[in-house]
Amino acid sequence: MRRTRGKQRLAWLAALLLVPGFVLVFAVFSPARAAGGTDPFAGLASPNFDNIQNAVTELAASGNPRARPVIAALADNRLYTWRWPRPDNGLFIKDPDGRFVDARTGKPIATPPFPIIRPVIVNDMVRSAIDAAKGMLDLFSRNVTVRHQAAEALFEAADPDSLPLITRALAHETNPGVHALLAEAEAAARLKSAATPVPEKLAAIRVIGARDDLAARSLLASLSGAAPPVAAAAAAAVRHIDRVLALWNILETVYYGVSLGSVLLLAAAGLAITFGVMGVINMAHGEIVMVGAYTTLVVQQFVAAVFPALNDWSLLLAIPAAFVVAGILGIIIEQTLIRFLYGRPLETLLATWGLSLILQQAVRSLFGPTNVDVTSPSWMSGAIQLGGLTLTLNRLWIIAFTAAVVGLLMLAMRVTRLGLAMRAVTQNRRMAAAMGIRTPIVDALTFGLGCGIAGIAGVALSQIDNVSPNLGQNYIIDSFMVVVFGGVGNLWGAVVAALILGIVNMVLEPVSGAVVAKIAVLVLLILFIQRRPRGLFPVKGRAVEA
Amino acid sequence: MSRRISRLGDTHAAITIALVLGIALLIAFLDVGTAANSPVHVPDFVISLVGKYLCYAMLALAVDLVWGYAGILTLGHAAFFALGGYAMGMYLMREIGARGVYANPILPDFMVFIGWKQLPWYWYGSNHLWFALILVALVPGLLAFVFGFLTFRSRVSGVYLSIITQALTYALMLAFFRNDMGFGGNNGMTDFKDIAGFSIDARATEVGLMLLSALVLAAEFLLARFLVRSRFGKVLVAVRDAESRTRFLGYRPESYKLFVFVLSAIMAGIGGALYVPQVGIINPSEFSPGNSIEAVIWVALGGRGTLSGAILGAVLVNYAKTWLTSALPGIWLFALGGLFIFVTLFLPRGIVGTIAAYFDRRRKPAVRDQLLAKEPSAEPEPVP
Amino acid sequence: MAVDGPSLSRRELGGLGMAAAAAATVGATLGTAALVSRAARAADDNTVKVGILHSLSGTMAISEAPLKDVMLMLIDQQNKTMGGVMGKQIVPVVVDPASNWPLFAEKARELLAVDKVAAVFGCWTSVSRKSVLPVFEQLNGILYYPVQYEGQECSRNVFYTGAAPNQQAIPAVDYLMDTVGVKRWVLAGTDYVYPRTTNKILLAYLQQKGVAASDIMVNYTPFGYSNWQSIIAQIKSFGSAGKKTAVVSTINGDANVPFYKELGNQGIKATDIPVVAFSVGEQELAGIDTAPLVGQLAAWNYFESVDTPLNQKFISDFKAFVKNDKRVTNDPMEAHYIGFNMWVKAVEKAGTTDSNAVIDAMIGVAHPNLTGDYATMMPNHHLTKPVLIGEVQANGQFNVVYQTPGLVVAQPWSPYLPESKNLIGDWLPPMSCGNYDVVAGKCLGKSQKS
Repeated sequence: MRRTRGKQRLAWLAALLLVPGFVLVFAVFSPARAAGGTDPFAGLASPNFDNIQNAVTELAASGNPRARPVIAALADNRLYTWRWPRPDNGLFIKDPDGRFVDARTGKPIATPPFPIIRPVIVNDMVRSAIDAAKGMLDLFSRNVTVRHQAAEALFEAADPDSLPLITRALAHETNPGVHALLAEAEAAARLKSAATPVPEKLAAIRVIGARDDLAARSLLASLSGAAPPVAAAAAAAVRHIDRVLALWNILETVYYGVSLGSVLLLAAAGLAITFGVMGVINMAHGEIVMVGAYTTLVVQQFVAAVFPALNDWSLLLAIPAAFVVAGILGIIIEQTLIRFLYGRPLETLLATWGLSLILQQAVRSLFGPTNVDVTSPSWMSGAIQLGGLTLTLNRLWIIAFTAAVVGLLMLAMRVTRLGLAMRAVTQNRRMAAAMGIRTPIVDALTFGLGCGIAGIAGVALSQIDNVSPNLGQNYIIDSFMVVVFGGVGNLWGAVVAALILGIVNMVLEPVSGAVVAKIAVLVLLILFIQRRPRGLFPVKGRAVEA
Repeated sequence: MSRRISRLGDTHAAITIALVLGIALLIAFLDVGTAANSPVHVPDFVISLVGKYLCYAMLALAVDLVWGYAGILTLGHAAFFALGGYAMGMYLMREIGARGVYANPILPDFMVFIGWKQLPWYWYGSNHLWFALILVALVPGLLAFVFGFLTFRSRVSGVYLSIITQALTYALMLAFFRNDMGFGGNNGMTDFKDIAGFSIDARATEVGLMLLSALVLAAEFLLARFLVRSRFGKVLVAVRDAESRTRFLGYRPESYKLFVFVLSAIMAGIGGALYVPQVGIINPSEFSPGNSIEAVIWVALGGRGTLSGAILGAVLVNYAKTWLTSALPGIWLFALGGLFIFVTLFLPRGIVGTIAAYFDRRRKPAVRDQLLAKEPSAEPEPVP
Repeated sequence: MAVDGPSLSRRELGGLGMAAAAAATVGATLGTAALVSRAARAADDNTVKVGILHSLSGTMAISEAPLKDVMLMLIDQQNKTMGGVMGKQIVPVVVDPASNWPLFAEKARELLAVDKVAAVFGCWTSVSRKSVLPVFEQLNGILYYPVQYEGQECSRNVFYTGAAPNQQAIPAVDYLMDTVGVKRWVLAGTDYVYPRTTNKILLAYLQQKGVAASDIMVNYTPFGYSNWQSIIAQIKSFGSAGKKTAVVSTINGDANVPFYKELGNQGIKATDIPVVAFSVGEQELAGIDTAPLVGQLAAWNYFESVDTPLNQKFISDFKAFVKNDKRVTNDPMEAHYIGFNMWVKAVEKAGTTDSNAVIDAMIGVAHPNLTGDYATMMPNHHLTKPVLIGEVQANGQFNVVYQTPGLVVAQPWSPYLPESKNLIGDWLPPMSCGNYDVVAGKCLGKSQKS
């Protein structure tokens, strides 16, 4: 039965396919009527984006009490109209609960059958108009944050028509932050208005120039065609902004370098244990990272299904989960594979390479070959602005997270019993055994710890990179580089190495392009190893020389 | 010591060479000499496939020479293979002449494509086969010399060496991916027409190339075999097993390593040069670190330090790949990965090594321990 | 002292050699037997074999594996509803070229020579196509290539069912220029041939439209690049010159997720600096939270969201076939849908699966697009296509905001590049040439008289 209905619907649609041509003709001949009538809503029902855009602006300025809900619905794709035009230009809002109301009156109506209505589609231009309209409508909101956003939107729109509104709002505004922003919005609107006298424009340039950011630069740079004194003042302001930004740029590069370094370090930290401390060349390291990332996915889906309220915090839950899953996987690998191969590092290379192929394909079979969507929690999305610096939150968190993980790891190696045993076994296995340390258990736990850390790295990487079966391969080479550059067996070495590699890469990148920067880093690394064959911080001792 | 170098000749070498040449000739005969519907007929498609395996075997042989005998675990040997391939590819591109899609008599298609007006200097001479053949040996050899000179002089060894060889091939891969390098970028070089005047698609050319590969492989094997059994080879093994002691005895280990590294790079380069006309494409992914690691795995599977094992390993793994990617598409990686794990766990000496050890145990227990002396290691091996 | 070399004694080696010989013989026999038995299977007269050459493992599996599913579905449907082709069941032969380009050539050869398939549907990257091209030309096979690509190629043995640059890039730039009013351009791509060529064509096109060189920024990044911070900051500052700026992205699959994540986090909205992408479709967006990306653009010839009865059926069939409601459809899937149906029609028209007959019969065959109107196979072996510009929505789908008024005919040889501006491809007699120089009046490559 369901199928028949589907077919009927399809037949319906087939018939309707003939309509768009008619719609188009209608749209071409009637835009003026549609948009310019007394009905400020009519343009929204038009299939023409220009008409919709004009209608949004008009509606916002009209003071119509229904403007706000209608524009909000339009922004959320909840505004519907007839699939083909009718004289009444019907507009309907679908409430979040699925019921329809008439857009003009807000009165509930019967749900119109789907095939005869269509959602009003917006494009970027309409979206800009919506942002500006929301700015105008929200300018007198009681909520400071809303007013702040509104002022920001008006600054970006820089629309001379909104000038009277801004001036009115300025007079009422009590919050100093919003007031300053409104003043800038006013200046922006003045600059864009042809009617503004030159001295006022110069004043406006001063106001905007003081922002010292890219938005201000963009606005001022667009004045290059203005009257000579204005253009000159704007150019001077642009130069000033450029100077300020150049200084920020240096900081920014360092930040990017640290951020890249922290990603490298996080990916390499587990390897610094398994490879650095134990000497196991674990080619499956990248795949353990991948397992961590997929654990994040599973935890997220589990949380979404069972405790939807905790959605935003599922990532925190994923950290211990990934540590445990990857750690146990590591112990299993150690017990079934690695322990038979101690003292033969090259055989472990081969076996773990085979293992990496199997893990990749296993994940591909289980979760499919395509990218999976690990969502970012709201507290990791967006950026904070620190002067001229844009610090993206996910990177910031990863830097902090890396510092915490590596710090804890170092602490664990230093103060815990396991850490002591690990170091003892590394330095002199036979002596450690003679002192009563059960070396096989220490080996298993060490490998488990290294893999657990790799799993945690997967949680963090899921926030900035693809989560796909290929995830691990992208990091394996870089991870080995970091450990070798820093000096095998030395966690501090890995920290310094990762930061240096990150910063050098980021300093070179704008100059030479990303590809050449990467090549240069590799070549520098090769040359560096010639100078210091055991990395930055070689571990001294008899064991290493044997 | 010298008792093992038989005056009557070298059975090991004889059998290996007989097998390589014999199977190659047999397959060539079964392709050319039998009717298409005959039950023993070998389809044409097998010819270039076997040729490809033989080229991989050259790479494996080169890896075995440096890893098995000099203890240099290279994770970047495919770079030399690829460089040899690129040298040959340049010649093959020029052989296309005006038959490219833009009919430019001088410039290869991809240069026209990226808007270059004239040939870059490093392409001069690439239209001559003899020059290409010199490049095939010279470019990998030179790179190996520079890299080896720096590396061995500063006594970089062990995993550090492995990782920087990997860095080397990775850097080359990224460099060759760049279109501005003038080697065709990601698409590499392809659509070859002729080699030395013969149509590359002709069956006779395919068979000829395959037989040539078998011959070259046999020659490389003989050379390597001669080398490792010579006095030079003894020192090499000494360097592998106890570099410091050898140094104290008055040898210069770095010179020995450098020589064998350069030779091995040239051998790999020649393999690459024969590989390209038979597979019809050379592209930067040949530089990918995974390829080099795989080459090491072929050697490990066949038996490290046996030379013939390297050949066997290369052919077996690649045959398994050909077979599995058609027979078990989608899950073949389980089989291949499982094979690698199985071999390392249960055949630590590789196939040839295990067979040798078997015969060995029955005769002379003393030799066994020397046969595949372990990597120098600080730790005793825990008993499982 | 372990100075002694690892040489073996004669007798050991005798045994060793014999064992190796035995192993090698067994291996060779088995191998030959396997191949011969497959060749024998190929001789079965009641079926028609079709090869599917898409990577199921390695880096490209992410894009290619879903295309294998589509092909299996199409073949299954054809067998069930139409009884196959010419009354014979169609048997798919799936192989895995594992994202390895020489392996692509090897597998193509195997499909054509051993399995004797009537046609092959496959490849994604340009290099994989370049790798198999000589094989298809030598063995006279037929390849259906479903992905948008850089053009500059027109082989008799390939049917290009994806878009040529003028069916994707140029209309998208026109849209940005005319409708959005973009004056300043960032051409960002992965460093390989498709972005390089597309950007070259676009550079020539933009300069012809009067865009100054200082208003164009070109940037290339390596495959799988994930550290976008500084490049996005550069784009931001490039976009602050007071002119409307847009990014034309030819960034390849894997690098897109981190690119868009960074874009969203740095707060670049589509209303500030729109990004129009040519390699980002529903499949790529499936790995991203699209809320911050609403309004970013993509140009394709198909979007899953296009509301037509055919498309609805295709989507529901696909979801049912893979038994997963979350799977999405995308442009290359539609290309395979059209290509496969055209192949069926051509075979029935020719009455045989013989390559030459089918290649000739293909030209002029038409089949409905999933988005409406008809795709027709032109003499240059490319399709006529509608060009759609879509904006990303919060649900990971695209809303079509612009559609070319009619169908666009492909120009595999770009008129904007000096080296190809005189070339056309036409595989109908009397021309029968993939690269005919209209000025010189002669065929530059192989001219095929069938």
